[in-house]
Amino acid sequence: MTRANATAPAAGTARPGRRRAYGAAPTAVLLLGALYCLFPVAWVLVAATKSRAELFTTSTLLPGTGLLANLADLAAYRDGVFWLWMLNTVLYAGVGALLSTAVSAVSGYALAKFRFPGRGLAFNLLLGGVLVPAVVLAVPQYLLLSKAGLAGTYWSVLLPQILSPYGIYLARVYAAAAIPDALLEAARIDGATEGRLALNVALPLMLPAMVTIFLFQFVAIWTNFLLPFIMLGDDHRFPMTVGLYTMLAAGANQPSLYNLIITGTLLSLIPLVALFLTMQRYWRTDLSSGSVKN
Amino acid sequence: MGTRRLSAVAAVALAAALAAGCSGGTAGETASPAASAGAPARPVKLTYWTWVPNMDKIVQSWNAAHPDIQVTVSKQAGGDDAAAKFLTAAKAGNPPDLVQAEYQMLPSFVAADAVADIKAEAGPAKAEFGEGVWSLVTLGTDAVYAIPQDSGPMMFYYRRDLFDKYGLKVPTTWDEYAATARALHEKNPKVLLGAFSSKDPGSFAGLAQQAGARWWSIDGEAWKVAIADEPTLRVAGYWGGLVKEGVIGDKPYFTPEWNKALNDGTQLSWISAVWAPGVLASNAPDGKGKWAVAPLPQWNASEPHTGFWGGSSTAVAATSPSRQAAVRFATWLNTDPQAVALLAGQGAVYPASVKGQAALSKDPDYFADRPGFWKTAAEIGATARGFTFGPNVNVTYNAFKDAFGKAIQDRSDFAAAVRAMQDATVADMRKSGFQIVP
Repeated sequence: MTRANATAPAAGTARPGRRRAYGAAPTAVLLLGALYCLFPVAWVLVAATKSRAELFTTSTLLPGTGLLANLADLAAYRDGVFWLWMLNTVLYAGVGALLSTAVSAVSGYALAKFRFPGRGLAFNLLLGGVLVPAVVLAVPQYLLLSKAGLAGTYWSVLLPQILSPYGIYLARVYAAAAIPDALLEAARIDGATEGRLALNVALPLMLPAMVTIFLFQFVAIWTNFLLPFIMLGDDHRFPMTVGLYTMLAAGANQPSLYNLIITGTLLSLIPLVALFLTMQRYWRTDLSSGSVKN
Repeated sequence: MGTRRLSAVAAVALAAALAAGCSGGTAGETASPAASAGAPARPVKLTYWTWVPNMDKIVQSWNAAHPDIQVTVSKQAGGDDAAAKFLTAAKAGNPPDLVQAEYQMLPSFVAADAVADIKAEAGPAKAEFGEGVWSLVTLGTDAVYAIPQDSGPMMFYYRRDLFDKYGLKVPTTWDEYAATARALHEKNPKVLLGAFSSKDPGSFAGLAQQAGARWWSIDGEAWKVAIADEPTLRVAGYWGGLVKEGVIGDKPYFTPEWNKALNDGTQLSWISAVWAPGVLASNAPDGKGKWAVAPLPQWNASEPHTGFWGGSSTAVAATSPSRQAAVRFATWLNTDPQAVALLAGQGAVYPASVKGQAALSKDPDYFADRPGFWKTAAEIGATARGFTFGPNVNVTYNAFKDAFGKAIQDRSDFAAAVRAMQDATVADMRKSGFQIVP
């Protein structure tokens, strides 16, 4: 609340004149949106500090005294299996997003800059793929990978997430706009091979799009639940989402682990926030530099 | 240079994928010859999906004593999703050898041919269990589809101190329960005796069992569905009346609001099952030492009964290549005195085995001031009625949540909600191709 009051007039005074017509309304709407998005995060932050006894008994936004104990309990839970889950998640999201970005960039570049039979069909199929939610595909993918003998392996979670129709679509649109045909022609006349052309000319120009795809895909895999839940049987290969869920649905026989789950959720947020804060800067400058070239 | 590095990475990735694929295949194939040869050069390897806490530690003592049969535990998320996951895995042809199966889910596993009939191997274990529990794994047929692990006989939990404060007696019949609820409401409208939850079909199913309901039964190849039978309608009418009068609560269990009411004493009692101490300890920490337990109120005081709310069994996958070894392990886990003691102590399981129940000595922490918790539980559990669940309990339970949620909201007839459950269940079974006898 205090933050909202502090920033709203500041934004108003910074841009006098033309913007006056709208007043503080856009800022207020954006602040409301931010509040709407950030409140659950704030709740997780506060709730993670509460001990089991405090969780349901103290006021919602009042910090508790149990954060360190929660962290210690979580680290000790089943001999530290949480850290293994976190490591798995980093593997799935890191490797998956990198591979996905590579595939998207190369396919997008090819679709945008090469004429070949079936190009229109391939692109339309991809557009159709954008419309199909990944959730719907999880079970068919499981049956397919079971046939291939891959169900339950690390690959069963990585492979389906490498091909991202939305990523390819984004890369194609960006490549079409950001890579001038003249530049490619010039490089060809200079004798560059197609491989060199792609790696040294096209891909550097597509970097902002690639950062965007990487971030999107990283977040998508990091938070994905259904695919690993269906694919994996061995709990030592679970990512955090599925692991935390096993703690949530642990049956009524023992006291619930809500406080540990909330603490685990908080820990799972930290790498995402860190990634966005570091990559965001890149992302913004490069997006604008890409647009200037147009 | 750049391209070469990239293709090298791709080659490594492909090789890893192939290696993973191959090793996955061979592990499955080697298990079966070893099991059938009798003199295993390599131990039989079994996988086991369960969500019992510390099961990996319990299994260690089996693995240490049985080098020829090695069990690997994979801890799963429990509940309906676990059943869906197992069914999907069975369909795809790679289920675990052993799986924890909740009693109400077992028939859906049987209907999908996902679990084996282990009558030949598990028949002798029958003597270790009560009639009521055993009927849950036979589905009332001659087959045996699982070995019971834990059970959840329903009991009546109440705040001793507050019962004294308001001068209430523990109700022994449902008539008394209703009178107690009314009397309490008159003395203090801010507190309630109990609640009816529209989000916990398991609880309602247990109460209907107590009244003598038989929702499903198997008649040869066909199913008989009688959810809207007289006992169920009686139970529904009873609770519908109390909710309408407003003398008991109508908020679902396990919500923060309900937790709070339980913790601060605005709800004086809870009709729950033997596992309630775990819930009370985490959701109502302030009530420690103030709660007591009694049998459920009865419909007929001279013929005491209870129902089950929760509980699960250990089933063997139909496609497991090592069925005999799997049943040996499941039998050990659920009947061997040492194993059952571990289950109860480390796994916080209320064992289904009669001897296991009798051997429980250390009372739950939450009831440490009232010794004899387990003795009471065993006595109550012995009055449990048998029951057969159907092949689509999830549909029935969802219909319960929808219909009763709406009935509570509109203050409408609970009997109509029961009929909606019956209709939804029968329609779904017809659609799935089950034969139904009227």
